[in-house]
Amino acid sequence: MNIHAIKSIYYFEMSRTARTIMQSIISPVVSTSLYFVVFGSAIGSRITEIDGVSYGAFIVPGLVMLSLLTQSVSNASFGIYFPRFTGTIYELLSAPISPLEIVIGYVGAAASKSIVLGSIILATAGFFVPLEIAHPFWMLTFLVLTSITFSLLGFIIGIWADGFEKLQIVPLLIITPLTFLGGSFYSINMLPPFWQTVSLFNPVVYLVSGFRWSFYEISDVGVGVSVAMTGVFLVLCLAIISWMFKTGYRLKN
Amino acid sequence: MPTIISINNLSKTYASGFSALKNVNLNIEKGEIFALLGPNGAGKTTLISTICGIVRPSEGTVTVAGRNIVTDYRKTRAMIGLVPQELTTDAFETVWATVSFSRGLFGKAPNPALVEHILKSLSLYAKKDNKIMTLSGGMKRRVMIAKALSHEPEILFLDEPSAGVDVELRKDMWNIVRGLRDTGVTVILTTHYIEEAEEMADRVGVINNGELILVEEKKLLMRKLGKKQLTLELQQPLTGVPSEFDEFHLELSQDGTNLIYTYDTQGERTGITTLLKELNERGIRFRDLSTKQSSLEEIFVSLVRKK
Repeated sequence: MNIHAIKSIYYFEMSRTARTIMQSIISPVVSTSLYFVVFGSAIGSRITEIDGVSYGAFIVPGLVMLSLLTQSVSNASFGIYFPRFTGTIYELLSAPISPLEIVIGYVGAAASKSIVLGSIILATAGFFVPLEIAHPFWMLTFLVLTSITFSLLGFIIGIWADGFEKLQIVPLLIITPLTFLGGSFYSINMLPPFWQTVSLFNPVVYLVSGFRWSFYEISDVGVGVSVAMTGVFLVLCLAIISWMFKTGYRLKN
Repeated sequence: MPTIISINNLSKTYASGFSALKNVNLNIEKGEIFALLGPNGAGKTTLISTICGIVRPSEGTVTVAGRNIVTDYRKTRAMIGLVPQELTTDAFETVWATVSFSRGLFGKAPNPALVEHILKSLSLYAKKDNKIMTLSGGMKRRVMIAKALSHEPEILFLDEPSAGVDVELRKDMWNIVRGLRDTGVTVILTTHYIEEAEEMADRVGVINNGELILVEEKKLLMRKLGKKQLTLELQQPLTGVPSEFDEFHLELSQDGTNLIYTYDTQGERTGITTLLKELNERGIRFRDLSTKQSSLEEIFVSLVRKK
């Protein structure tokens, strides 16, 4: 295992975050605070409790998930796309480093940033609503698993994209709508039966549900199913990345 | 000298059907400077990229220090440093950070003293904290070399190192390359600046349309394929070459003051003595004479044209 290479990629990516602190950390924190103001205070004051939890507190896991998913995807996709765009990918491809080590470096950094960001957003939420975490271990498990899984997805997008437009398409047109429609701001039990069934095809439902369960012990689907679905998605992403490196898809001629 | 890189029956056909390399066989000797010459699109970069692991070969094998570049890629790639043709750098990084990053990527523990030494030897140390985007093209080229040297490679590939570089930097770079050779580093450079190969290379390979046309020691190549020209500056201009000299295939300059005789240095007889004797007998006097050897460029052009 080329540990020095993994560390180099990891620190390189983390130092990029430090350089772009406004974009990486402050901007998501500001937008999350605005969600709390709009959904939690303005709209939430007119909504009664959901499953015994105040609306402001109810949306906290969904808001954290929203940032976690979008930031994991954009951090990881940009991390691998930028060397492709500038041409510095030659160095990565000619280095004595395995595909797994490349993935650990880039995805590890992207997931670390997301976990830090998720923790900051949680702390920010504490200023707006009283927070309780019933299962801290599971909360952390979902936080870490989701960050890794969606960073893997971002890595795939970063290799697939052949332009900045494509890099933005998936987070903007797929991840964000799925998160909004995945029960971030409501319980899917509040939907008509047909839309409840449709929602079950949305993978984000399982993430938000499991994550919310770790806070308040309320969920739309069983927590075991949530963990299993996250695991399935993670394995699927790993399989796609493995195929990409095996075939050299958009990396090697 | 022992072989450090062995290329056997290497072919590369891209998905588009274009054959960039056709059954290339080549051995690079340890410690030499090998120049790979060829026109644009000849396959030089594809050959280098294949050895470095950036391009997948379609057929054939490459070994570095006896190890296969595909099955034993960790060991082979750790031995190689690559300076690509394009100035592809991390524009927002500092010189120090990007060179240190390269060292780590190639599996080496941080070594600030070595990085400092490399930067000083390339006159980059004063710019170590500068962002790469603020550097001139020549300085960026030096950064690329520093990155390639950061993990102390035994083999260095320089892909068109003089592209877009001014004369001063080019000469600096030649000195750097010679210095590396003196420390035992094997250098393979591709170029279409013949002057560069002529100045530095121990051996020369000529590639055209994906085929390796020729591999030869530079001096031997110039001796074998090099023609020499004898120019006689006449005391009185001639209006034409007298027919008695037809066998010598002489050329007359436009103003009639210079007679040019081209001869083969490898021939049993050059014919110079006979020519001078006959000129004397015919009363054609000359005030001066000079000889000129064909340059590598002329040899290269004639080789590529023949193909």
